[in-house]
Amino acid sequence: MRTFDLPAPATTEGLDLINRRPLVGGKRKFAWITEHFSQIVERKAPFWWWVAVLITGLIASLVPLTLAYQVSTGVGVWGLNNPVFWAWDITNFVFWIGIGHAGTLISAILFLTRQKWRTAVNRSAEAMTIFAVICAGIFPAFHVGRVWFAWWLFPIPNANVIWQNFKSPLLWDVFAVSTYFTVSLIFWYIGLVPDLATIRDRATSKIKKFLYGLFALGWRGSNRQWSHYEKAYLILAGISTPLVLSVHSVVSFDFATSVIPGWHTTIFPPYFVAGAIFGGFAMVLTLLIPCRWIFNLKDVVTDKHIDNMCKIVLLTGTIVGYAYLMELFIAIYSGNPFEQWVFLRNRVADPFIFGPLMNVPPAPYWWAYWAMMISNVIAPQFFWFKKIRKNLLLVLIIVMFPNVGMWYERFVIIATSIHRDFVTSSWGYFSPTWVDIGLFVGTIGLFTFLFLLFIKFLPMVTMFEVKAVMAEADPHYDPKKKTKKTGDPLVDNNPQLSGGAH
Amino acid sequence: MQTTTLPKLYGMGAEFQSAKDVYEAAQKIRDLGFIRWDVHSPFPIHGMDDAMGLKRSRVSLFSIIGGITGSLTALFLIFITSADYRHLVPDWFPVTLVPSYPLIVQGKPFFAFEPSFPIFFELTILLTAFGTVLGLLTLGVLPRLNHPVFNWDRFSRVTDDKFFIVIEATDPQFDEVKTRELLHELGGSQISLIRHDP
Repeated sequence: MRTFDLPAPATTEGLDLINRRPLVGGKRKFAWITEHFSQIVERKAPFWWWVAVLITGLIASLVPLTLAYQVSTGVGVWGLNNPVFWAWDITNFVFWIGIGHAGTLISAILFLTRQKWRTAVNRSAEAMTIFAVICAGIFPAFHVGRVWFAWWLFPIPNANVIWQNFKSPLLWDVFAVSTYFTVSLIFWYIGLVPDLATIRDRATSKIKKFLYGLFALGWRGSNRQWSHYEKAYLILAGISTPLVLSVHSVVSFDFATSVIPGWHTTIFPPYFVAGAIFGGFAMVLTLLIPCRWIFNLKDVVTDKHIDNMCKIVLLTGTIVGYAYLMELFIAIYSGNPFEQWVFLRNRVADPFIFGPLMNVPPAPYWWAYWAMMISNVIAPQFFWFKKIRKNLLLVLIIVMFPNVGMWYERFVIIATSIHRDFVTSSWGYFSPTWVDIGLFVGTIGLFTFLFLLFIKFLPMVTMFEVKAVMAEADPHYDPKKKTKKTGDPLVDNNPQLSGGAH
Repeated sequence: MQTTTLPKLYGMGAEFQSAKDVYEAAQKIRDLGFIRWDVHSPFPIHGMDDAMGLKRSRVSLFSIIGGITGSLTALFLIFITSADYRHLVPDWFPVTLVPSYPLIVQGKPFFAFEPSFPIFFELTILLTAFGTVLGLLTLGVLPRLNHPVFNWDRFSRVTDDKFFIVIEATDPQFDEVKTRELLHELGGSQISLIRHDP
């Protein structure tokens, strides 16, 4: 087949107008996809992997250490005290849950909207979701104080004959987060089954064949199975979409249904959901760009993928910026002195510009508010420029801002609202203790540690879905037949561009 | 002379090189009226259900049953554990036997739909997901770790880049010679008999 040997077009830009550019670059074959991604799992782990696992594993060990200290000593070892009873713990909880949302968005919402580019990134994004929710769950579970009674959160008959208060948003949270974790895990696992079968069929050692075979459930790629599989996957995507929107809405209810100025806001559910997707996509890019370099994924995670994700970061970042400003405007416009106080005097008033302008003393947490504004509103605006979206190093640097900024957002919402509220005599200030810091750093270590284990033991790209979006996967694909003459020899002679599979 | 009896015949398989080839072959096999046969591929092929003449998957039935179970579970769970409905119980029934745990919180009603909605929603989603997985496992007959097709050495390529059609020996039209000719005609290669475990 002569046509396969033609060089790839030097630039495929502008071809979008004629035919879509292929999702898999470099004119790859099915076998290449299998080989390239299976061998990451099969070959010996490289040296850097062991170093990274060791370091992140040590950092992750801070989680059991700080928790053991906290449980044996008491919840007072965290910096929480009157009036700030929610601070880093709930900040970290909302931060991690939010990170997870991009994974579900990629796997479910982009699946329903037929965004086929998702296939290259959905597996790792879903893994990220699961690990982020694991990190998130630690905080509320231990925040209850006596963690050995945490099972009281679930409707299990107990000797006290007291049931849960189903009217409480905190209980809604228990249901939302546990459902979210379970459904994400199911979705991820179902997506893994055909690829586990690939690893099983290539396995050389007996123990690997057995283990991967066991989890592959005896998958044999039969079309009678595929038929049910596709239906099941569609339904799971269909229910995950409202689920992911509901989870962060419910998380926002923890605040919005209270009467604290700064929390009592109807804008919270959409604002939280947009923020979660924003922070989540920043984290996906943070993990994916290094993986793309290390594992040479550029034919599967193409520039187009990175470009699309940058655009999503830009869009959601702008929505988040709009929410910040709208929330501020409504606080001022409402005429409610307590709302105005929280926004202007607890957040906006910095010692340099706005504080002097308003002639008020600087807010104790002004630095947190402005760190949030700069990271989440200004930093993503650079993605308007294609040159910046094409420069992976710049992308990586820019997405670090939302990663940090989204943590600050939750801290600003939580701590600045409650540290100085209605009664001056009860004002206070929150400073984290080493236990707070150790636990948070530990969860970052745990998250990275789990992700490293994932890329070693499971195929990090959904091989069967990537194969299915290649031009050759189309049953009407014919390398010899041109579907339509475009007059451009680069397109007409390139089977992936003219083959007709879209 | 020693005669060995071969294990029972499961069917006959043929290998195809592309999605297009196997798709066209499947259409012809469907038109010839075969019943017990299957196409194996590394990924779901668009339109293959029609090419094989398969009906719509019924996994959705399991999902909806799961979803309804979830909604009802949430409704009963919240109602039984927080509503005060003892006045609805007829006088002759001993009221102490009625499970009811009304909890006074902030002067709110014991039971209302609005605050119950998030939990209705979440449990509906959760049990829909369980139902869907159950449907997939039941209808797809999974997990099944042992299957005669795995005895065919070519078959491990099914999860890589090759496509297969397997016609079972129990199909009324199966005939060792004619089926082999048919598969050959349709463009299949590596045509082999597949046997059960010895």
